[in-house]
Amino acid sequence: MKSSLPFMRTCKEASALMLAREDQNLPMQERLALRLHLAICAACPRFERQLLTMRSAMRQWRNYAGDDK
Amino acid sequence: MGIYPLRGAWGERLEVITLGTTMNSSAPIPFAQQLAELRTYLLKFARLQLRNEAWAEDAVSEAVLAALAKPQSFSQRSQLKTWLVGILKHKIIDALRLHGREVSSSPSDDDEGDLLDTLSFKPDGHFVQAPADWGNPEQDLGSRQFFEVLEACADKLPATQGRLFLMREWLEMSSDDICKELALTPTNLYVQLHRARLRLRECLELNWFANPASQSLTL
Repeated sequence: MKSSLPFMRTCKEASALMLAREDQNLPMQERLALRLHLAICAACPRFERQLLTMRSAMRQWRNYAGDDK
Repeated sequence: MGIYPLRGAWGERLEVITLGTTMNSSAPIPFAQQLAELRTYLLKFARLQLRNEAWAEDAVSEAVLAALAKPQSFSQRSQLKTWLVGILKHKIIDALRLHGREVSSSPSDDDEGDLLDTLSFKPDGHFVQAPADWGNPEQDLGSRQFFEVLEACADKLPATQGRLFLMREWLEMSSDDICKELALTPTNLYVQLHRARLRLRECLELNWFANPASQSLTL
């Protein structure tokens, strides 16, 4: 469900945006709305940190690439 | 530098060329033996990416053959490994391209349902329960077991999701390129990638972050 105000997003919408951001560029309006939501929400920044952790994990995994035992 | 014929682990005739100046090693490991050792490692990644034993074998064999064609170019094992991984990535992309339709159409067991199901939201769009605090990730990322869990979780992804996810994350292909190579629509690709990320997140949470001390795999 979409909130009536143009820059308000629910946690569910914000989570979908954070996931989308991993693979595509978000339009400016969505980027702003997401930033606003993250600033006023307690739960979503945790999800953001989880995604960032996964991002660094993948980067490291790619490079470490199973170094020899 | 001694050269003599030998049968390789994968059947073909190999030239064994010992590498000249390996530091602090009085008996340099023969080139063919180095390749044979790295082969196991390469196969692990090819399997993870391609999800098809025959394609993985082919891609790795081609990469190894390419290395055999120029044994003198690698003075150190680490160079050889980096080079082989680079070649393997190209071979894997070739295989994915060749088998494009199969790659992007194998059935996935969670095509149904809301994309964000695993996160549980209330009807008003709030989290039922706030996502867990994953603590200090630097510590986790320094742990070898963490990456074993990560690999096991990636391996558990449904085939199509796993392939597309690893094309993005291991082969470092752009979304545009993946769509082009496999004739996918962006929407289709994004849905698969998002599902893969959510599954991976859930798997890591269950098998690592919920209880990093136990580190037991219950996949």
